[in-house]
Amino acid sequence: MAERVAITGVGQTKYDTKRADVSIAGLCREAAVRALEDASVTWNDIDAVVIGKAPDMFEGVVMPELYLADAMGATGKPMMRVHTAGSVGGSTALVAAGLVKAGIHKRVLTMAFEKQSESDAMWALAMRIPFQPALVAGAGGYFAPHIRAYIRRSNAPDHIGILVAVKDRQNALKNPYAHLHLEDISYEKVAESMMIWDPLRYLESCPSSDGACAMVVAAEDSVSGDRAPAWFAGTAMRSEATQFAGRDQVNPQAGKDCAKEVYRQAGISDPRREIDAAEIYVPFSWYEPMWMENLFFAPEGEGWKMTDSGATAIDGDMPINPSGGVLSSNPIGASGMIRYAEAAMQIRGQAGEHQIDGVRTAMGHAYGGGAQFYSMCILTKDKP
Amino acid sequence: MPERGEGTIVERPLRLDYDYTAGLAQSRFLKGIAQKKILGERCPKCGKVYVGSRGSCPTDGVATDGGEVDLPHKGTLTTFCVVNVPFAGQSVECPYASGYILLDGADIPLMGLIQEIPHDQVRMGLRVEAVWEDEVGPTLQSIKYWKPTGEPDADYETYKMHL
Repeated sequence: MAERVAITGVGQTKYDTKRADVSIAGLCREAAVRALEDASVTWNDIDAVVIGKAPDMFEGVVMPELYLADAMGATGKPMMRVHTAGSVGGSTALVAAGLVKAGIHKRVLTMAFEKQSESDAMWALAMRIPFQPALVAGAGGYFAPHIRAYIRRSNAPDHIGILVAVKDRQNALKNPYAHLHLEDISYEKVAESMMIWDPLRYLESCPSSDGACAMVVAAEDSVSGDRAPAWFAGTAMRSEATQFAGRDQVNPQAGKDCAKEVYRQAGISDPRREIDAAEIYVPFSWYEPMWMENLFFAPEGEGWKMTDSGATAIDGDMPINPSGGVLSSNPIGASGMIRYAEAAMQIRGQAGEHQIDGVRTAMGHAYGGGAQFYSMCILTKDKP
Repeated sequence: MPERGEGTIVERPLRLDYDYTAGLAQSRFLKGIAQKKILGERCPKCGKVYVGSRGSCPTDGVATDGGEVDLPHKGTLTTFCVVNVPFAGQSVECPYASGYILLDGADIPLMGLIQEIPHDQVRMGLRVEAVWEDEVGPTLQSIKYWKPTGEPDADYETYKMHL
């Protein structure tokens, strides 16, 4: 029988434009040590390490997991690297959970990072492809046309993206780890910010951050620490091709399939009613309403109404990204794991000022690449 | 934890040269472009026409090399982005509109630059046609950009399944 798996420790670094005080290894170590402390375990209690980050070309360090082995206490232990573009933080945590679930290891340290100050993601994502003109300007340039298609398809009013951007930055003010602490954020500020990838404004886009996130994932008989763990009630990954005729780029099938599977495992039939808080990967404002539909929180074409009515606010009936989300901190490789860690923190009552009362079921979500990789989890306070 | 100072980031540009082989399918497409032809390939199973093909249908996993289709040089702009931010290796000056052009008879769009229309008038459903460079070769850069044909905009219903 499969083992029950729980998150027993989470560790995050302060996210910032430039963490010049630490190397990549130092950054990762900072998150890992905090996760171990939270779980009340030492390096010796860890059986294996699973590491994730965005493509190596970002920092130009090839297979960084090899050089990070010492800093991660992985010397002489099994270590694995996961690659699923922007969703990697989520997938990495799920690989760690899978190793425990399968009974292979009792306690796994999982960690994900990005040091964008030592990298050039915009360049890495705008790679020259031979025999083609360079037209796509980074991730924003890639996703903007699909956002435009969503707006057309759903007839959403123009201001929805601005509302998401303001809400997530206001939430970030309650999160000491968040990169952006924009004290004077307002509707007008976002609306007046530069339209960089029309229809996306500067303040509707995620920042470039340095940061790492780590978690200790343990089997039922190896749960440790002073604080109750967050249990995995469901885990799912799905992917699809980036290009095929008739691909729905606004509401991708792989995302819907992944959500259905993770809800099936957790026994969830009405996600909006049964999930108390969710950390969803929203790097560009409009992806909040788009994912509300993809994840069945709202009927197709009506995700924007949740944002518009305030349902997704920290005091709404379906709080989305109380931590401030990817829009407030984006160390790309770690961003997915931060979603899971923040969902676990809500379950464990350790989210401080952005804690939502009485969270018993929380969702973590990550997507990546050309919206072709999905990784999701449902975490619960009660043992599944 | 001991007090840490600020580290210094030293930039060290690296260079990696590589030879790129287009492969059979892309070579067929690029040789067509060199003759001012836009060649699509039809999947023998689902009948969808791929352009800029990799030689197989991603849905059915079968070769498309027998189903060559000479596509017209005009189509519909399904969706687009106006880029206002410069980036390394950029080939056009900002602001510019680039988007997905679904050629008439194709089932997957090509990425292209939209010009000869102010960027704030570019819209979904705009009918566009290819403007070729004077000198063409086996590269998509042989298509200078796409310009409006002047036809009425395509009805949303005709391209909504390609978004």
